[in-house]
Amino acid sequence: MSFVKGLKCRECGRPYPKEALYVCEYCFGSLEVVYNYEKIKEALTRSQIESRPKNLWRYRELLPIDGKPTDGLTSGFTPLIEAKNLSKALGVKELYIKDDSTNHPTLSFKDRVVAVALSKAKEFGFDTVACASTGNLANSVASQAAAARLKSYIFIPADLEMGKVVGTLIYKPNLVAVEGNYDEVNKLCSEVATKYRWAFVNINIRPYYAEGSKTYGYEIVEQLGWKAPKHIIVPCAGGSLITKIWKAINEFKKIGLIDHGHTKIYAAQADGCAPIVKAIKENSDIIKPVKPHTIAKSLAIGNPADGYYAVGTVKESGGSADSVTDDEIVEAIKLLAETEGIFTETAGGVTLGVAKKLIEKGKIPKDESIVISITGNGLKTQEAVIDRIGKGIKIKPTLKDFEEKMRR
Amino acid sequence: MAMIKVRIPTPLQKLTKDKDVVECSAGNVKDLVDNLEKTYPGLKDRLCDENGKIRRFLNIYVNDEDIRFLKMDQTPLKNGDEVSIIPAIAGGQKHKTHPGGVLIR
Repeated sequence: MSFVKGLKCRECGRPYPKEALYVCEYCFGSLEVVYNYEKIKEALTRSQIESRPKNLWRYRELLPIDGKPTDGLTSGFTPLIEAKNLSKALGVKELYIKDDSTNHPTLSFKDRVVAVALSKAKEFGFDTVACASTGNLANSVASQAAAARLKSYIFIPADLEMGKVVGTLIYKPNLVAVEGNYDEVNKLCSEVATKYRWAFVNINIRPYYAEGSKTYGYEIVEQLGWKAPKHIIVPCAGGSLITKIWKAINEFKKIGLIDHGHTKIYAAQADGCAPIVKAIKENSDIIKPVKPHTIAKSLAIGNPADGYYAVGTVKESGGSADSVTDDEIVEAIKLLAETEGIFTETAGGVTLGVAKKLIEKGKIPKDESIVISITGNGLKTQEAVIDRIGKGIKIKPTLKDFEEKMRR
Repeated sequence: MAMIKVRIPTPLQKLTKDKDVVECSAGNVKDLVDNLEKTYPGLKDRLCDENGKIRRFLNIYVNDEDIRFLKMDQTPLKNGDEVSIIPAIAGGQKHKTHPGGVLIR
């Protein structure tokens, strides 16, 4: 049973049928899925959701597929951790980590969007999937396509971290390493997508794909006991996740699963690639693309596709935005590891670094509930920290040597 | 004035008599839009919003460089320059659907 009415342009509102369309032919705005919320409200209750398996498809009525979900059946429902040690370190009262560094199968929030994208691509009858990626999406598309017996073409910037390259190649996709940055990869993929009949998950399947990110927001609310937190800090690359978390909270309100969504949303980027943060801080109407220079390669999108909506989300929710240096990113990665035992990738360092900064500046109050979005795993970006974490103490296999070296 | 080669995205080719590349003379990007409008009426409305600014989901490249890195619509053009008009998130293709629901071009 489908609750999807169709698509519509996010800019000019023109309606479109629910096909593999993604751009408004008139104004070039992106398209978004339109649901029948009345029907969803009748069909979906808290207890019904709670009775279902712990994966992202427990919110199936709010996801844009027509038939049964076919992919990512073990993705999502990652831990929401009450971070007591970190909250002490930051001097705040109530702090949570939504930890997608443990997402299945490829340890990032992208497993959510790919689950939805592949299910949808199959409904459309595609046999080949593709993506432009800064790494995490590459891992997830390659992995889930392998499991789904779909062919895959993965386009990445050639300078990605080794962990992300290995974590893609192992699934035997067609990996294309493009000599250029993500924005150049994305531009190329737009052209490839017009020529080849593939399901580019973040191009022609994007309206459907992006909806998968909402499950990150639904889970936060459900895991807090059907309560929206007061503050959520979200990393921004293309700017889609942040808008979908906001949408998730508003949808839960709309269908009566929560009473109010008073959440303020905060955007986090790296100093070396902060077009969204800059537009928010300068209250600017245009998002000026930048050429990224940051160790947070998964966030290194200088020309964010959903940048305007990310800015809109932050403003509408009453939140704010900030960015951090590469050094602050590494310090934040270490802080999370040393306080909560969670090893996040550079994007997580950005998010925690910015959260820390916003708390210190008084932009986020210390006595209200705060959720930090950890979206990826540190084992994939080891280059970023390898020179900053010391070394093991090397000893001979004798008790004498052990005690001598430990004394130093 | 300089002759410029302009790549037109598929959704706009209805307005350019199905041509994917057109030639046009112009001194800068703003000029180019105005001159294109003279030859292909209706095109400006698709390229610019109601304030006459390039629509925010349209990227314009001069010789592969995004004009937001140059001088926006004041970016000067010289003889032989190539301008590409590319929807921000799209390749700009025209979709058709056959009864099975699979896209064909």
